[in-house]
Amino acid sequence: MTYIEFLDVYGGRLIDGTIVTIYQFFLATFVAVAAALAFGLMRLSQNLMLRAVAVAYIEFFRGTSLLVQLFWIFFVLPLFGITLDKFTAGFLAVGLNMGAYGAELVRGAVLAVPKGQWEAALALNMAPHNRMRRIILPQAFVIMLPPWGNLIIEILKGTALVALIAVADLMFEVRQINITTFLSAESFGTAIVIYYVIARFFVTPGMRGLERLMNRRIGKA
Amino acid sequence: MTENLESYPLSLEGDGIPMVRFQNVTKRYGALVVLNQLDLDVSAGEMVTIIGPSGSGKTTVLRMLMTLETIDDGVIYVEGEPLTHMERNGGLVPANSSHLRRIRSKIGMCFQHFNLFPHMTALGNCMEGPVQVLGLPRKEAEERSLELLDMVGMIDKRDQHPSRLSGGQQQRVAIARALAMRPKVMLFDEVTSALDPEVISEVTGVIKHLVDTHNLTMLMVTHQMGFAKEISDRVCFFFDGAIEEQGTPTKLFENPERERTQQFLNAVLHAN
Repeated sequence: MTYIEFLDVYGGRLIDGTIVTIYQFFLATFVAVAAALAFGLMRLSQNLMLRAVAVAYIEFFRGTSLLVQLFWIFFVLPLFGITLDKFTAGFLAVGLNMGAYGAELVRGAVLAVPKGQWEAALALNMAPHNRMRRIILPQAFVIMLPPWGNLIIEILKGTALVALIAVADLMFEVRQINITTFLSAESFGTAIVIYYVIARFFVTPGMRGLERLMNRRIGKA
Repeated sequence: MTENLESYPLSLEGDGIPMVRFQNVTKRYGALVVLNQLDLDVSAGEMVTIIGPSGSGKTTVLRMLMTLETIDDGVIYVEGEPLTHMERNGGLVPANSSHLRRIRSKIGMCFQHFNLFPHMTALGNCMEGPVQVLGLPRKEAEERSLELLDMVGMIDKRDQHPSRLSGGQQQRVAIARALAMRPKVMLFDEVTSALDPEVISEVTGVIKHLVDTHNLTMLMVTHQMGFAKEISDRVCFFFDGAIEEQGTPTKLFENPERERTQQFLNAVLHAN
């Protein structure tokens, strides 16, 4: 079987798998961003309880393996009465795991906003939540965008693990094809190319574009 | 934490209440005493300039009044009301955040490094406080801001972000931003120190205009002795966390009584 024939026969399944991967990627990114923002800000809170919750979240999701977390959410949570379908368990696990790294990026970026900005906002008598929302976060956002570019590629690659709870993503499809055809080089080779193309030609330029846009909005570019 | 709070009045009464009063105010950083039992009154409409060697506590005076620093002893009053403390059950207790917010609204400040918000235009910087803090409608806030930008000569640059402005231009926008909150007391913390020499006069010109046309109470820390002499009602020379000598500019600059004042002025005037 030539590679062209391989694509002809299995192309449809590869595309289906890629679409699921892209769904998983977007949803996991959404979860990661939301969790990072919430827990990153809680980590900076004056309130000890909020800080403790954030530290516990970050420690747990950063300190243990993504694969184990995925299995936990899918296989163990039902024992506590929380049953999630595999698709949801998949992006939730990847998103929460990456969100823990993201929370540290949020925290670092907020602390990296110059002290003078906090002081100027206080001198204008801005309330703490307004100061964060209007002055600090927009600047922190620009600071944290480049490291987020890396993290978002990690999220894309992390989604490959959801194949292990039988979500029919790209990795799942190529494993099925490999098992039935033994065309390992073609199957896994194609998967590698597809992941690379998404990361290199969609995610990276997308993040660069966002960086340029944000820099323009703060008048830097 | 201020001791013997019962010895401080709950509020200042009578004629001629000072706009700002520092009463027995002490500030420490660990073992280092930055300000030692400072007593200083500033009358309404008065322009008081603080000079002195670095480390003498000048900037700390302004930062405490802006509530950017807490105090370790004493009480600060603004318009007769305590700023750092508030009344509770007939006595003074340390101020909570809502009390601080209420009194702080009377005070505006300009910083050495301008601290404009980089993600907003000049106009956006000026409108931010009036809209977000005072709750003015956008249109009214814009009118007020444009008027002030015009006064500081920055109306042409209203749509520029701070990164496109020179230091002098940024500082003028920062002055407009602070004035847009209609403070009763304005604090200028070394506002010309970060500027190139040729643009200093842009900023001093604006402050001079304010002194001439507005009845603002102002406290200014500066190294521009000529400027201080020209516009101040009173000059305070700080040394080692205390006022070493104070008086009218003529008296202090031309006839200083204390040796440390003379030494400082000699050193500064020779350096210029």
